[in-house]
Parts: sequence; C-alpha cells; structure tokens
Amino acid sequence: MNLALFIPEIALAATAVIVILLDLFVEQKRWLAQVSISGLVIAGVVTIAMWGGSYPAIFNNMLAVDNFALFFKVLFLGVAFLVILSSTDYVGKFSRFQGEYYALVLLATLGMMLMAAATNLIAIYIALELASISLYALVGFLKDKKSSEASLKYLLLGAVASAVLLYGMALIFGFTGKTQLGEIAQVIQALPPMTLLASPGLLLGIVLLVAGFGFKIAAVPFHMWVPDVYEGAPTPITAYLSVASKAAGFAIILRVFFSAFGLPDWLSLNWGYIFAALAAISMTIGNILAIPQANIKRMLGYSSIAQAGYLMVGLAAMGLASADNILGQSGVLFFLASYAFTNIGAFIAIIAISNKLDSNLIDDYSGMGKRAPLLALALTLCLISLVGMPPAAGFMAKFYIFNAAMQQGMIWLVIIAVINSVISAYYYLRVVRVMWLGETASVGKVSSSGALRLALFLCCLGVLLLGIIPGSVMKLAQLAASMFIY
Amino acid sequence: MGSGYLTTILFLPVAGAVLIAFVLSDRERVIRWTAALFTFVPFALSVILFALFNRSPEAAGLIQFEEKALWIAPINAHYHLGVDGLSLPMVVLTAFLGFLAVLISWKIHLRVREYFAWLLLLETSILGVFLSLDLLLFFIMWEIEVIPMYFLINIWGAGHKEYSAIKYVLYTLFGSAFMLAGILSLYFTTGSLSMLEIGNQGLGMVQSIMPAAAIFFLLLIGFAVKLPVFPFHTWLPDAHTDAPTAVSVMLAGVLIKMGGYGMIRLCVTMFPPIAQQFAVILVVLAIIGVLYGAAVTMRQNDFKRLIAYSSISHMGYVLLGIFALGKVSLVGASLQMFSHGVVTGLLFAMVGLIMHNTHERDLRKLGGLARQVPIITVVFSIAGLASLGLPSTSGFAAEFLVFVGSFSSTTVPWIQGYTILGVLGVVVTAGYILWMLQRVFYGPPLEQYNGTADADTLEKVYMFALIAVIMLVGIYPAIITDVFKLGISPIVGLLGG
Repeated sequence: MNLALFIPEIALAATAVIVILLDLFVEQKRWLAQVSISGLVIAGVVTIAMWGGSYPAIFNNMLAVDNFALFFKVLFLGVAFLVILSSTDYVGKFSRFQGEYYALVLLATLGMMLMAAATNLIAIYIALELASISLYALVGFLKDKKSSEASLKYLLLGAVASAVLLYGMALIFGFTGKTQLGEIAQVIQALPPMTLLASPGLLLGIVLLVAGFGFKIAAVPFHMWVPDVYEGAPTPITAYLSVASKAAGFAIILRVFFSAFGLPDWLSLNWGYIFAALAAISMTIGNILAIPQANIKRMLGYSSIAQAGYLMVGLAAMGLASADNILGQSGVLFFLASYAFTNIGAFIAIIAISNKLDSNLIDDYSGMGKRAPLLALALTLCLISLVGMPPAAGFMAKFYIFNAAMQQGMIWLVIIAVINSVISAYYYLRVVRVMWLGETASVGKVSSSGALRLALFLCCLGVLLLGIIPGSVMKLAQLAASMFIY
Repeated sequence: MGSGYLTTILFLPVAGAVLIAFVLSDRERVIRWTAALFTFVPFALSVILFALFNRSPEAAGLIQFEEKALWIAPINAHYHLGVDGLSLPMVVLTAFLGFLAVLISWKIHLRVREYFAWLLLLETSILGVFLSLDLLLFFIMWEIEVIPMYFLINIWGAGHKEYSAIKYVLYTLFGSAFMLAGILSLYFTTGSLSMLEIGNQGLGMVQSIMPAAAIFFLLLIGFAVKLPVFPFHTWLPDAHTDAPTAVSVMLAGVLIKMGGYGMIRLCVTMFPPIAQQFAVILVVLAIIGVLYGAAVTMRQNDFKRLIAYSSISHMGYVLLGIFALGKVSLVGASLQMFSHGVVTGLLFAMVGLIMHNTHERDLRKLGGLARQVPIITVVFSIAGLASLGLPSTSGFAAEFLVFVGSFSSTTVPWIQGYTILGVLGVVVTAGYILWMLQRVFYGPPLEQYNGTADADTLEKVYMFALIAVIMLVGIYPAIITDVFKLGISPIVGLLGG
C-alpha cells in the first residue's frame, strides 16, 4: 500500500492536532486560523497534484483514490478554507475553545474527504460518523439556548438517521454477504431477476440507505432538523453544513448507488424514480416553507432543502440513464461546485452584516444597500445565483442538471423544477428589495475584516466565472464523473 | 465577417454600466454624459450597420456581420452573434431608444449612479436578445433583463411600484421557466443550441421522443407573456404605469417586442407545420387582445395607464400578423413592432413630460393645455395620430400591411372575418386617442396650469428625433420593409407560401 496517496488526509489530521496543542501555548488566537489555513493549503496542493492520475485503492480497498474522490476533496478543502477565513471575525463570540473550533472544522473536513473516497460500507459509516460528530459539537459552539437546542436536535435526529443507515447496510450485507461496493454489485448482477424481486430485504435496505443519506443532504421528508439547526448554529458552521455536509452526502449517494446498484437497469430505474419523487417534493416544500420566514438563516435553511431537490434531479437522471451516460453525475458535481461558491458567499455576507447588526432578521437588513453597498451587492449576486438567474453560476448549474433530466425524457420533473425556481425568486428577491429599497435604520457603516472580504471576493468571483465561462469546470466535473463508467 | 461590430454594440452599454457603478465619481454630470456616450456610440454603429447591410435579393435569409466562437465546449454552446433582415431593424431601434432613454432620464436626481448603471445593463440585455443566434446565449440575455427592470421599477417608479415590480418579475420568470424547458427539449431532441442549425434542418431533427407541438407551446408561453398575449397581459399595465418614464419607453418600445421577435424567430421558423396547425387559436387570441385591449383603454382615467393599455391592443396586431403566416402579414407585424416602438416610446416620453411639468396624471383633472404648452401639444397630437394609424405616419404603413397581409393569407380558415374584426379595433383606437387628446389639451384652459413649462431644448431634441423617424417610415416605409423582407422571405418559404 502506498501511504503517499494518503498525504492530504494525514496533513489535515496532523494540522488538527497541532491546532489543539498550539491553543494551549499561544496567546494570539489568530495564529490558530493561520495554521489551520496552511494545513488546508498543503492538503489542497497535494490533492490537486494527484488529479488526473490513476492510483490503486488504499487500505485494503477501503478508500479509492480516483478523480471523483479528488474532485470532492478539493471541494471540501476549498469550502473549509473559505469557512475558516470567514470565521476569523466570528470567533470573537466564543469566549473559550477557539482552538477546538478550528480543530473540529478540520476533523469534519477530514471525515468528509474520507466519505468521498470510501468504497466499503464500513468505511462509509465510520467516515460519516467522524464528520457528523464533529459537526454536532460545532453546532452547539455558541452555548446559548438556541445553539444548544440546535445541537441536541441535530445529535438526536442524526443518531436516528445513523441507525436507519446502519440497519440498511446490515440488510444489504445480509443479502449479499459483502461490504465492498464493487463486490455487492457483482453479487446483485449475478442473481436472476426473479430472486431479486422475491427478496424484499435488498429493496428495503436500499430504501433505508436513501433515508439515512437523505438526512445528510436535507431532503424532504428527512429535513426536520434543518431550520432549527441552521438558525441556532454559529453562522460559519451553518454555511459549512449547508454546503460541505450536503456535498458529502451527495458524494456518497453517487458512489454507493452507482457502484453497487447501478445495474441491472430495472433496479436503477427504481431508485431513479424514488429520487425523482423526492426531488419534486423537496423543492416544492422547501420553497413554499421558505416564503414566510423572517430570519434569513432559517430562510436559507429552507432554501437549502429546495436546492437539495434540484440536485436530486441529477440523481434521478443518473438512475434513468444507461450506465455510460454520465450527464446526471457531472451535473450534480457542477451544481455542487457552483452551489458551494454561491451559498458560502451568501453566508459570508450575512456574517459580516449580522456582526454589525447583531440580528438575523430580514427586516433589519433594511437600507443595507446604502450602509454597505459592496456587501449588499455581493449578497444580491449570491441570491440571484440561488434563484438560478444568469449571469450567475446558479443558472448554468440548473441548465446543466435539468438538461440531464431532459435527456432522460423527464420533462415533468423539469417543469416542476423550473416553476419552483420562479417561486423561489419571490423570497430571495424580498431580501434584495429590503436591502436596496428599505429605509436605513442607522447610518453606521458596516465594517468587515480583510480575511472576510477576501473570502467574499473569492466567492463572488467563483459565482461569476462559473456563470459566464463554465466550460472548464464542466470538463472537470465530467472527468470526475467518468470514474463511474465501467 | 467577424468584424467585431456586433460585439462592440452589445457590450459598450454594459461597459458603461460597470464604469459608472464602480469607477466614476459620484458627480451627476459625469455619470449622465458617460451614459450618453456609451449609448450613442452603439446607436451610431447600428446605423452604420444598417447602411452597410447587404440588401440585394440574394442576401435573403443570410446572416450578416456574423461572429462565432466556441463558448462552453461540454454542452456545445457558442458565442454566436449575427443579424439578418428581421433582427437588424430591432437592433437599430433598441440602440436608438436606449440613447433617447438616457436623454429622457436627464432630470433624474435620485441615486443617479445606480439608475444609469441599471439602464445601460438593460440595453445590453435587450440588444443581446436580438443579436444572439445561440439558444443559450439568447436565453441568458432574455433573463438578465429581469434584474435591471426589477430595480428600475422598484426604486425609481411611482404608485404601487413594489407590487408592479415583483409582479413583472414573477410573470416574466414564469414565462421564461417554460421557455427554458422548451429550449432544453429542443437541445435534447436536436443536440444543438444553434438557431440556424435547428431552423435549417427543420423538424427532421426532432425525433419522435417528444411531440414537436409540446416544444412549440413551451417556447410560445415565454414569448406570449412578454408580448403580451391576452390571458397573460395583466402585468403590463402595472409595470408600464409604475415604471419611471425612460423605463416605460424601453419597456413599451423594445422590451415587449422581444416576444414578437421570439415568436417569429423560434416558434414560426423552427416549427412551421405546428404553427400552421395552431395558428387559428393564436389569431383568435390576437383579435380578443385587440378588441378587449382597446375597450379597456377607453375606460382609463389615468394618463399613463391609458397608453399602457393601448399597447395590449397594438400588440394584438403583431400577433395577428405573425400567425396569419403570410409574407405580407409577417412583414407588417415586424413593421408594427418597429413602429409601435417609436410611437409608444414617444407617447410615454410625452406623458412623462406632462406629468413632470404639471404634477398631474388624472385625465379628469387635466384640460386645456394647448394654450400653455403648444409644442408638447403638437408633438403629442402627432404621436397620437401615428398611434391610431393616420396615413403618412409609420402606424398607418404597419397596420395597413398587417390587415392586407392577413386578409389575403391562406393558411388560417375564416381569416378574412377575423381581420375585419381586427380592423374594428382601429375605430376604437381612434376613439380613445382623440378623446384623450381632447380631454388633455383642448377645452377651456385651466388656471392652475398657467405657467406650466413647455418642452426645453433637450426635450425638443428627442421629440423631434422620434417624430422624424415616425414620418420617415410613414412616408417611405420601404426603407425598413425592404430589410424586413430579406429576413421574412425564407421563413415564408418554410411555410410553403
């Protein structure tokens, strides 16, 4: 086994330990952020250098080192980078435990990187728990009433979801006798269809997997935790949850469902339709419930449920497509990349604004266009991208992913999705209207640190670049998704 | 002929917008002159293009000044611009009104920097719609227009501006949502995003997987909301009435023409048999729009709302001309789009001027202004007469072609009957226009309007520019129709006529 292929993960784990130890000795806590960022950069550079090569799986075939995993690793590292940059203002709110905060972010990132690479049910479960447990702690970091409640809720519901997931995995293991995804696929394909049909155990296992992963990606009806957790958690962690945690969930769904249950066609057709139905329900419920929200973090919570719905359109397309058609997968990857820039950008702007206002109510954003024009412009751009209007990245992402569904003839799903985009315009633009049209409550300028401004600038740049010249990232997504071709 | 003309025209306004928003100082004078410069140059260039345009009969259907580059390789999308006889006059009109809109906005003092930035962005997106030959680029330009409109109505508007703005946005997005589904289905069935390829190969490229009629209607809904066609028209009076003057000019002048243009360019060109099959439905909707729109206009007491409603009726003629599917009627519909752009642009500019100078928009309280503001009166009367289609104005040439063309069309059964019903709309139009002129300008002069300012020099400049175009096209319509014919004749060829 070649440990060199594991360097990014080792670097990240080592950085986490160093941050915790350093916390004991240094007075200047901003060093912690800098150390964390350098750890992320090292891991990122090594990961990018590995891109494009073909490597053997490591740890006894537990972890794959393929383009698909590398794509997600870069995504997670990038998101963690932006989140830590934007946390530097925010951590002032925690009186203690700043070192632990950074270390936990790094460990959650490590867990997600392992999730993207895991090719074995056991490894998947362990990676998922590593990410989840770090996040449970992070959500409660503010230690006030709301934050603690959010953390407890997330922990309890997360534990139930884990149990469901584990039960599903047990059923699949019981049915096939394997935990390796590739071997599960071989067993299933070798069986005559009648045997498969006659055994509800496997199908039940698949449904339970959908439920367990559905919790991670916040799909309806497994979304109950989202609004409270998003509202209570520290804002950078909300951003992290909404993007990285969701992306990790999708990474694992893509890999498990395509590697293990991609063939025979009638099986993939079945879960394809499950995802299509979940997609339709998630975007409709998410968008409708987002309309009455008064708290912007709650609103974005519901919006992230709707976005999960759009993303599942890609999963549905993947289920319906033949094995060599990777449009659905690459659509999901591209959507996740553009969603990462967009949502992190929106949350960074919210961090900056709410630092000054000490409020997350949309009405309090009144007149922000005058008090902080650039921040308001950045938030406007991100919200427009969330609606899916050009020239922002969100439009290209939707175009690409809906195209994948259309190629499978799912015009009904595409129409539901585009109408949902119209509904979403109503509540996203409400924020825009309040910012640019509302009366200013005070004239105080909204200040923000250089790190935060840098992070926001990078996000907006990403949103615009992916919206105007998305070609190269689409290529990357296709390369990453082509791992799936047998 | 990758001369870069079109790219320059397309992106100069947005370059001006960026300059105004991020670079220039906050001084109003500087911003206004920059905006004027960055809209005048595209206008001048578009006139040069119009002069250079190859009008020989061999050039029929030919795309001129074409520019093409690969844009997004994985989905085969191109940055593809070009003009033909159909789009060139619309480009000239957009650039013309875009420049005049800046002049009309000269007296805006509220948040000037943002205002001109949005106005210029709006111009680029409309130009983009008329210039794009790639469906993705077309759709992006179509969608971008929504954002500036939302801000322009919302911040600088009047009345129920917030309601009107969000209503406009939701209606437009609703229409374009279906259009996006339509474009995706076209892409799915043909594997191409190029309007030319899809148009040339016709329905042969559409496989049996999806009924072509479904795609036709998906696209049509998007254009029908914009034009607007009868049941989708309710956003129009609100948005037009509450928008600031210059934005009403752009909205009525060119923005709603995107709907008619899209119908000809996509629906009719790509699906000729489907268009023939369902033409009768659209003709009926057109007639309802003409008569209903005119009747409702008659009842308006708000000056600006009256002009807004008259657009619904006039766009009915466009729809009638398009779906009569004859060569003359299609040319007439295109000319009606051009003419309505200039005439209604002028009407809105004048209404805005009167409202600005008298601070009154209720027709019942206005009256006898002819003594106090003679120049406005004369210009307004000319615009009104052009709107009701008086000979020697562009309105007459356009409506005449629409009616003659529709009457003699052979594709739609009973078209003669529908056309006659449509002609009745002209009578109602004459009624409300003349009644409006009488209520505003004639009768005994009212005391409270003594000393009302008449048009100043700047205002005279744009008024006379618009009147010159109205008269020029009215007296010598061939200057435009010759160009339109080049674009229309290959489409008629597809229709088998």
